[in-house]
Amino acid sequence: MTRTPDGFATSGPSLPSDIELTTAGLPLAWTVEPNAAERGRILLIACGALAREVLALRAQPSLSHLHLTCLPANLHNHPERIPAAVRTAVEQHRGTYAHIKLLYADCGTGGQLATLCEELGIEMLPGPHCYAFFDGTERFAARAEMTSFYLTDFLVRQFDAFVWRPLGLDRHPELRDAYFGNYRNLVHLAQIDDPDTAQLAKRHAERLGLDFERRVTGYGDLGTAMQGWARSDR
Amino acid sequence: MAENDPEEEIILSELDDTELVEQMFDDLYDGMREEIEEGVRILLDRGWAPYRVLTEALVGGMKIVGEDFRDGILFVPEVLLAANAMKGGMAILKPLLAETGAPTIGKMVIGTVKGDIHDIGKNLVSMMMEGAGFEVVDLGINNAVESYLEAMEREKPDILGMSALLTTTMPYMKVVIDTMVAEGLRDDYIVLVGGAPLNEEFGRAIGADAYCRDAAVAVETAKALIARRHNSLAAG
Ligand code: B12
Repeated sequence: MTRTPDGFATSGPSLPSDIELTTAGLPLAWTVEPNAAERGRILLIACGALAREVLALRAQPSLSHLHLTCLPANLHNHPERIPAAVRTAVEQHRGTYAHIKLLYADCGTGGQLATLCEELGIEMLPGPHCYAFFDGTERFAARAEMTSFYLTDFLVRQFDAFVWRPLGLDRHPELRDAYFGNYRNLVHLAQIDDPDTAQLAKRHAERLGLDFERRVTGYGDLGTAMQGWARSDR
Repeated sequence: MAENDPEEEIILSELDDTELVEQMFDDLYDGMREEIEEGVRILLDRGWAPYRVLTEALVGGMKIVGEDFRDGILFVPEVLLAANAMKGGMAILKPLLAETGAPTIGKMVIGTVKGDIHDIGKNLVSMMMEGAGFEVVDLGINNAVESYLEAMEREKPDILGMSALLTTTMPYMKVVIDTMVAEGLRDDYIVLVGGAPLNEEFGRAIGADAYCRDAAVAVETAKALIARRHNSLAAG
């Protein structure tokens, strides 16, 4: 038994690093156990930013038959490229799996991902983005927090790769207020209650000049969706 | 674009007009605000009309930035820095443009919709519209329908522009357009919409006159629709 950096027990090889999840995603081989003949009917195709959370949920016996592959998380900054990447992945795995489920919310594709899923006959997660479904899509919408900037655990750890560097703040710190001048606080939506991640999130808030708030959300609608899908094949 | 060799400092005032404009394209691309301001002053000193400096040096350079952003060669910070450099040049030109009676093609009120605070794209559209000779009134971010209506009443623009970058806020554009229809105002304005998650189909579905993919398209579309409007007014 090995443990991932998050403390999750795993039986396979160690999980790719956050950086690999960001730029390359997660290969299918990671969750496929060669001797489990009755397994392999349901495949989850997820955003790399969700890999750890999906695997943590998958540690529950009722979900352990779900296979997982992830697309690179950095598609997040180019949502127009997500539908084509999803189509390729679905076409690649169609022949092998009876059911494919997409662990993506809209993610800024303006409904294109939903249209694609309809065309391909697969289901996806509800809501606009992962901030909403971790919090609970309805609850998130009801908060209507205009001036909050959100980070999930993954984004807290990958802050430099997703926020700081792509926005050029490493080279041009003077741009900070052009981006964040209208924001009031940074809200850390924590999937697991971990003091180190919390500390790191707090430091990011300071770097952005924002107040800090933290909410432990657990896995929200992600867990609910996976449980529903796990049963769909029974 | 080629990096300048730091050993070989370029003296802007020693370049001829063509070289200088080309150098300004590079400087704009690299977001060098002070160099752009200096270039603008040199061209003005050489007798260029402010309107010519604006269109040939600044707008021309910004078009290249816009194309490379569209093609995924540049990302957001480069666009922001280039826009910032252009703003520096515009600040020098604006008062002069007013004095010299440069042509005004039309007037636009623009703002990001309620619930959304993305404004980089909207600011770029504002600037390019100004560069093309439109008067622009920018309402900023998070605009409710009342804010748009008040501004239209007050400013009497030809065009209303709305921007949204979130899937959750783009439907609000329809709320604004429906309210305009209900109050009998819709046909008084050209409505342009934009923002990365939108597309043409969405623009049509909510009853906008056009969806514009980027700032360059916004300028072309605005010009075309204004011309069409003038023609139909003249004919009617
Ligand atoms: C930069 C950015 C930010 C900056 C915004 C800074 C600022 N002051 O605007 C920061 C980091 C602060 C930010 C915050 C958030 N963001 Co953001 N952001 C982006 C990003 C990476 C780029 C947007 C941008 O500025 N592009 C550059 C400009 C030049 O392009 P543009 O906006 O498309 O504009 C052009 C055209 O669309 C058009 N256009 C635009 N407006 C108009 C208007 C008219 C009238 C016309 C004619 C044309 C036109 O012309 C422009 C110029 O060519 C996008 C992803 C992407 N690639 O689009 C995500 C993205 C839009 N953000 C997203 C999200 C989720 C958020 C947050 C909720 C994230 C969070 N962690 O809290 C908050 C939003 C809070 C809020 N209430 O608004 C999601 C949206 C997902 C969804 N389902 O809607 C995206 C798609 C990223 C993602 N995949 O998750 N964001």
